Formats: sequence, C-alpha cells, structure tokens
Amino acid sequence: MDLTYSYFPGCTLKTKAKDLDIYTRETAAALGVTLVEIDNWQCCGGVYPLGSDEVGNKLASVRALNDAKEHGRDLVTVCSGCFHVLKCVNDDMKNVPDIRDRANRYSQFDEPYQGETKVLHYLELLRDAVGFDTIRKKAEHPLTGHRIGAYYGCLLLRPSGILEFDDPEDPSVIEDFLEAVGATPVKYQMRNECCGGYRSLEEPEFTNRLVGKIFADAKTSGCEELVTACPLCFYNLQKYNGPDKLPVRYISEVLAQALGIEAGKGVR
Amino acid sequence: MTIEEANIREEVLLICGCDVTRCMKCGKCSASCPAYDEFDIKPHQFASYIARGDMYELMQSKTIWNCLGCFACVERCPRDVRPGKLIDGVRQAAVRRRGGTHLQPEDIPSRIDPDTPQQLLMSVLRRERK
Repeated sequence: MDLTYSYFPGCTLKTKAKDLDIYTRETAAALGVTLVEIDNWQCCGGVYPLGSDEVGNKLASVRALNDAKEHGRDLVTVCSGCFHVLKCVNDDMKNVPDIRDRANRYSQFDEPYQGETKVLHYLELLRDAVGFDTIRKKAEHPLTGHRIGAYYGCLLLRPSGILEFDDPEDPSVIEDFLEAVGATPVKYQMRNECCGGYRSLEEPEFTNRLVGKIFADAKTSGCEELVTACPLCFYNLQKYNGPDKLPVRYISEVLAQALGIEAGKGVR
Repeated sequence: MTIEEANIREEVLLICGCDVTRCMKCGKCSASCPAYDEFDIKPHQFASYIARGDMYELMQSKTIWNCLGCFACVERCPRDVRPGKLIDGVRQAAVRRRGGTHLQPEDIPSRIDPDTPQQLLMSVLRRERK
C-alpha cells in the first residue's frame, strides 16, 4: 500500500509547536509513511469562517485542498485547528454551490475543485492506514504503567456531522492510540470540553477557570498526564498554574517515545 | 424593530444560514455552554431576540465576544438551529459595522508571551476584525 500523503503543517507547527511537527514527521517516517509538505501553503486562519457570504478567508484552505487533489493524494494534518478548518471548508466546496462557484471563479484552477480531497487527521492515518496493531508491534519502548488522559477539546470533534472524526460525546480514538503505545488510557468526563480557546488572549483568568475544571476532573479520575493534538489547547493547559495541574504532551511526542525516537535524531 | 434592525437581521440570517423559527426553547444549548456565566444574553435566548428583531441589544451584548466557538451548542441542538452560528452571525454583523476590531491591534503586544501560539493570534484576528 502506498502510504504517501500531502501534508499541511499549519502556522503554529512552524514556530511555537515545532515539537508537534518534528515528532509527526519522524514518527511517520519510522512507520513507513511519506508526508510531502504542500508547496507554498498558507495559514488556514485558525478558526473556520462561519459566514456563508464570505469566500476570501476560505481560499487558503481551498488552495491546499486543490493541491492535494492535483497530486492525487489525501491531505494530512496533525493540528486540530487546521483539521477543523480544512474539513469544514472542504464540506462547503462539496455541498454549498454558492461558495464552491465563487471560490472556483476566483481561484481559476485547471479544473474546478469540488471537494474531492480526503482530509485526514494524523490519528486517523495511524488508525486506518498504518494500524494500531502495527504501532503496538513497533513500540519497542512502550509506555507501560503511564496513566494518560486524552484531551480532545472541541476542534477535533465538533461539528461531528462534518468532521466525522469520532463520537463527539464519548470519543475513543486517542484512548485506542494510547493503548497501542503501551500506556494505560484513563477516560474522564471533561475530555471533550472547551479549554477556553482564543479567549485566553483577552481574559486569561476565564480560560484558567475552564482549564482548572478540566485538570481537576482528569486528576480525580486518575490521570497522571494529558495528551493533546491542538497547539492552542496545549498553550492554555500549560499556562494554568493552579492546583491539580498535570504534565501535558503532544500525541506525536508520546508516539515518538514509544518508537524510540529522539527529536531531530531519528530512532535511538 | 426599526428598519435598520430588520436589515441587520436579514444580514445575520444570511451569514449564519439558520432558521430561528425552529427553536423549541429546550435550553440544551445554554446547559451545554462552557461560557454561560460570561454571557449577558444566554444562548437559548438568541433565537427569540432574532425572531423579535432586537438586533441592537444583541450587537451590544457581551455574549458575542465571550462565545468560545466550541460548537457544543451546535452539536447538541435537537432542532438544528445551531445557536453558536447565530451568535457568530451577530458578531460578524457588529464587526462589519464597526469596521475594526473588538480587541484593538495596539492592545495585543502587552498580552502575548514567548509561548503564545500563532493559532491564538490568528483566531482572535479572524473572529474580531473585518
């Protein structure tokens, strides 16, 4: 099976979330997956532009989606924000004729883009193309005994009708992933609650309160650390300094540890 | 409802594509909202305000800036009214009229630290300015 994919890193993975990017690339390589970064990709904008009368701020995503289509590949991203935006815009291009027509009139691709590209989160690639069984076999440094909680947040799960990622109220893909790397996944209720997102710029006290509730629930449920796939969740969780705070890591860093990869040095 | 409010309502409904007449006031949106305490007009009230055409009140509410865009209400609305999209539609109508940002660009440098992710700045700028 050809495991070559177009890859959309996104703005934050090039700067403040380099770990998420580096570990994703290195774990992919170790698992026989080729991620080809899209040429001249542009920032997806961070939040999906809900306005159905605005097309301009969806075009960066449309270009990336069309580039993957022209290469005949699925489009992979590991940032929850990029995944959410790319997938919602792709749904518009597939199902909303007005947005599709205007975006195509502006973009002038060789042939109109009509939502043909399949958008995948790295976790879906690991589950469906690589297989958690393969990861289990290759995890030579399993995280045995680590009690880890998955923090999904919002952007991976909702709206579930468009994202089709997992059950929005009782997700399990990160728990299955954690099991594959040898850890003990711990489910807690608030794993799909919002961390406060972009409000942390203006009102950090408010996001701190929300994050405090998430940590308290995770800790009470027996988690020793949390993993996430979202740089903004990661930031908001890291900035919390109240009681019950737990260490937080990216999913790809945990995978790298299990596969015996040190960042920038390949397999140890 | 003034003529201007009727125009704003039309614009908001175009932006969000929601049908407020479907709301059955079950309150599931407000019960799901992680920012409920920060809202002056609650999610379940939005459909009624829009139906009545009280657009100025909505545009001056704290709610439109405090909504997290987490999609919990959109996900759980049993009538597909999607209150989060209504709130976002009103916010966009307000931003377009002011022609600027809620959080001014000069307010931003003092609020960032060495770890602030681009995703945060991009999200704020996209949501709060035209």
